[in-house]
Amino acid sequence: MTTRREATPASVPAVRIGNALDVSELPTYGFSHRSLMWWGTAGMIAIEGVAFAFMIVVYFYLRAISDTWPAAGGAPGLLWGTINLVIILASSIPNFYTDRAAIDHDLPKVRRGLVICAIFGLVLCAVRTLEFTTLNVRWDDSAYGSTVWMLLGLHTFNLVTDVLDTLVLTALMYKGPLEGKRFVDVAENAGYWEFVVLSWIPLYAVLYFGARF
Amino acid sequence: MSTDLEALRDGGGWDSVVAPLLDRTWRDKPGFIAWLCTVDHKAIGRRFVFTAALFFFAAGVMGGLMRHQLAEPDNSLLGPDFYNQLFTMHGTTMMFLFAVPMMQGMSVYLIPLMVGTRNTAFPRMAACSYWIYLFGGLTLFIAFAFNTGADAGWFAYVPLAGPQYGIGRRADFWNMLVNFTEATGLMVAVDIATVILKMRAPGMSLQRMPLFVWASLVTSIMIIFAMPTVMFGANLVQMDRSAGTHFFNPAEGGDVLLWQHLFWFFGHPEVYFIFIPGLGFVSEIIPTFARRPMFGYDAVVLSMIATGFLSFGLWVHHMFATNLPELGKSFFTAMSFMIAIPTAVQMFCWIATLWTGRLNLRSPLLFVLGGFIVLLIGGLTGVMVGSVPLDLQVHDTYFVVAHLHYVLIGGALFPLMAAFYYWFPKVTGRLMNERIARWQFALFFIGVNATFFPMHELGLNGMPRRIYTYAVETGWGTLNMAATIGAFIVDLSMLMFVIDAVRSFLRGQRAGANPWGASTLEWSTSSPPPPFNFIALPVVSSRDPVWSRNEGAPTHVSGLQTSTREGLVTTVLDAIPDVRYEYPAPTIWPLVAAAFIILWLVWSIFSLQGALWGMIPPAIAFIAWFWPRRDETAQGAAVEKRP
Amino acid sequence: MSEVLAPGGPQAAHIAQLWWLMLAICAFVFIAVTLALGCAVLRARRATSETAPESPSTSGEKRVGLWVKAAAALSMLLLVILLGASVMTDRALARLPLDDALVVHVTANQWWWDVVYEDAQPDREFRTANELYLPTGRPVIVKLDARDVIHSFWIPSLTGKKDLLPGRTTTIQFRADKAGEYRAPCAEFCGLQHAFMTLDVVALAPASFDAWADAHRAPAATPSDPMELRGRELFVSGSCMLCHAILGTSANARSGPDLTHVASRAHLASVLPNTPVALAAWITDPQVAKPGANMPAHFLADADMRALLAYLGTLR
Repeated sequence: MTTRREATPASVPAVRIGNALDVSELPTYGFSHRSLMWWGTAGMIAIEGVAFAFMIVVYFYLRAISDTWPAAGGAPGLLWGTINLVIILASSIPNFYTDRAAIDHDLPKVRRGLVICAIFGLVLCAVRTLEFTTLNVRWDDSAYGSTVWMLLGLHTFNLVTDVLDTLVLTALMYKGPLEGKRFVDVAENAGYWEFVVLSWIPLYAVLYFGARF
Repeated sequence: MSTDLEALRDGGGWDSVVAPLLDRTWRDKPGFIAWLCTVDHKAIGRRFVFTAALFFFAAGVMGGLMRHQLAEPDNSLLGPDFYNQLFTMHGTTMMFLFAVPMMQGMSVYLIPLMVGTRNTAFPRMAACSYWIYLFGGLTLFIAFAFNTGADAGWFAYVPLAGPQYGIGRRADFWNMLVNFTEATGLMVAVDIATVILKMRAPGMSLQRMPLFVWASLVTSIMIIFAMPTVMFGANLVQMDRSAGTHFFNPAEGGDVLLWQHLFWFFGHPEVYFIFIPGLGFVSEIIPTFARRPMFGYDAVVLSMIATGFLSFGLWVHHMFATNLPELGKSFFTAMSFMIAIPTAVQMFCWIATLWTGRLNLRSPLLFVLGGFIVLLIGGLTGVMVGSVPLDLQVHDTYFVVAHLHYVLIGGALFPLMAAFYYWFPKVTGRLMNERIARWQFALFFIGVNATFFPMHELGLNGMPRRIYTYAVETGWGTLNMAATIGAFIVDLSMLMFVIDAVRSFLRGQRAGANPWGASTLEWSTSSPPPPFNFIALPVVSSRDPVWSRNEGAPTHVSGLQTSTREGLVTTVLDAIPDVRYEYPAPTIWPLVAAAFIILWLVWSIFSLQGALWGMIPPAIAFIAWFWPRRDETAQGAAVEKRP
Repeated sequence: MSEVLAPGGPQAAHIAQLWWLMLAICAFVFIAVTLALGCAVLRARRATSETAPESPSTSGEKRVGLWVKAAAALSMLLLVILLGASVMTDRALARLPLDDALVVHVTANQWWWDVVYEDAQPDREFRTANELYLPTGRPVIVKLDARDVIHSFWIPSLTGKKDLLPGRTTTIQFRADKAGEYRAPCAEFCGLQHAFMTLDVVALAPASFDAWADAHRAPAATPSDPMELRGRELFVSGSCMLCHAILGTSANARSGPDLTHVASRAHLASVLPNTPVALAAWITDPQVAKPGANMPAHFLADADMRALLAYLGTLR
């Protein structure tokens, strides 16, 4: 065995038996970076993060070469977008609660938390449709319009798919079949939801204020 | 060495109690449906490699047809429309459907064996990625068969590929192909990166990882940051084409150069997705045939990482002829020159290894050496085209065609062929024919140079790329004829290769576990490996586990279940055993989900409603894929141990 | 006949110089590295798959390491030299004196070149197509526009290339010092007939160029011969005038090449020699010589075709 100091100590050490390293006492799953799902989710976040980053790059690129930005119609209306920003930030609370409950293997709390998260998600989707109606431009009016719709659309795609994930997970945690590993899925879903929340902040700023300065 | 092999097996000997139990748990059931449901990385890797090889030959035929058309001036064998489809399909197939999937397929097969584990991290995702690749590639070729092949170049510049000038559905199918292949590439990249970081054999710290594993890790991380860009960009073009957006329409505030930036930001790293695994192959083969570990392991690893990192800073060198600011362009010249340095360092380390080793001049090493020369030429012309003023003369001419083929063939295709000869015995249990290999190598080396060297001169003579014919007054006929003859020689060598591969597969000399006396873990198990890869997962205590280990160090892992598909998750830096992991069982849902994704995206070409409603079947398939089965859950809960 | 390496002007000459320097250094590196590889392979002791692998000695590794470091350092030095040479060439290209430059406005179309010679006095401006005549010894500033897709302007013996991008106007500057004929093929894939979109470039002594320009400034003369008149009538009252212009007639459309002095051109549509037989074939069906061209077919009666050709033949 290596004698280097370990950055992350193992959860349960393997046991030396003769020539072998015995791992039968190791847990059959782990949370956070101990789970493979965490790494898969991290990969997904990196991929979507790159797409969001380029969306912002496209916005500023087209703005830099454009004379009129925004196009006629003005910047997007602030009301629904800001309401949604508040709701999505607030959704971090039940999300965190659900994440903690999952690590504690507390099934009743997890169920409650997931239902609340799902409700938040559905409300966000509803308000999002209102956001689309107050963008003050059509996607086929101009490059500005196309960019604004794409920005909102990309995040909406993420939002909707994660709300769907949450609904499916809620159904599973009520209906079963359940084993300990499913709590890891809940925790990972909570982690991905945080990405949906945090990624909205720069996108909101660019979408609603990029044309106001 | 035989002592080491036995020490790595739990219980000693193949007829121990454990092997049949593992076999029963891991072997796929017989039958066609089970074959479709497999999540065995070796099966999936073989499929990727085989399918990529088929696409390679298809694209090669296209290249051959192009060479026939260009052999003589004013030739009328092919008209401009078909020729334009041919060169677009040739480039698109080679880059998207052969090179990257082939390298990824090799990783999918080799990495779990090299790091000493039983499967990749996300076997069902790996299966799904193969089906998306297969169905997506077939979709493009079916479109081609219906005269709807992409025809705007493999890079599909707008406005030529845009709504106004890209008539018909050709560019739509190209855009969707990008979606399919990049989805595949990203899925495999996440899978490979995760298995490398989290599932290595205990004791295989990062500094003990084989160099091909490092190459795969660097490539996978690069893919994660580069591929989303082209997917994103292609979908913007698709929206311009079908939804009336104006991202690339200058009349409404869009910009044609925006596509070039988005494409090449991906496009330059893309060639490194192909090149870095090739470097990895060479760095595995040279030590084996020089009978010593690689010289300068640390330098080689750092060079691979530097190459991957720097490759993101070069993309504007594809745009030197545009009206971007001159000072900015010079920066990209500097970066393009800089990336030559880590490659040079690796090449010098290879020479140093060969110089101080004892050489076994077998076919894998021959192909490595031949590739080295070809790559060297390609790299040097790369420095030439990296200079802005020189590029302004040779950009978009046959000089660049020569350069790109020299680097891709020298840096990827030769190493790939070396890798085939090297790992063929491991995958099939049989050796390829050494004598035929030498002839094939000679023909291939001569043919490649005969085909592509004249193209340098053609470029300097003013011959642009992507022209279906040329007037006799240009004087380009002789060199073009020479190139076509060279292509014929390459075809012969490929034919020899295929015949040898088939014959060897059926009747080749049987290979043992380690016919080359190599040092990495895949050579410590049988040829071909059993479905469970290793009877006992190895524990390593050196960089070359089959050649050496620390006395007194443990040799293998015990305590993993044999009645369920259990594996081991280890820590990232030092590979300390951390958590036991249950691999998913075979299932049909990855195939179904892949088929629905293809249907969704093809439907969306023809209707925007399709873009929306077509999402429902894949969503259902993913839910079914994820939803746990009662029996598996009960089994898991019974042996569960909470963290 | 390496066009790139047979420069006819300073821009191409600077680049050709850079090429020779790069070739020399790259050839040196190729020979050195290949020799090193060759020596390594030839002098090494032989082994088989069964030969026991060795861990090499630390001192041996250190010595080899010095060679590797030296090689890497030398590579870096050579790259820095080449970078310097590249940057210096860039600067030389940017420093072309532009006093008394001739200004030409080129617009690229699928698959022909529209060329307008600008002038301080607007009534001295004139237009031609698919040809670019230049005076030797005088700098030229070419403004570049694209009407449809991306094309690229490139005269290998005179200058590096510059893309013509829809939505952006770019410029390129160069000078022809040697009189002669030069090819300028379109250098960015632009669709079906990218292969046949060549600009005929001719560099003339200044006096000859002025004579050419004066001739091209003049409108087409009214023909006196009845057959030629008939031909002109066919042109302006038929479908020709829908796309083509002839200065001095009522035809002034711009979607196709200007034909005011078409008879003086060397080629037709970059693909045919400018002879009456070829012209007749071209007018009858352009798709034969240039499949995909945007010009439709015109099946004319023999007498009409002869008249049209006669008229077009007067347009020198």
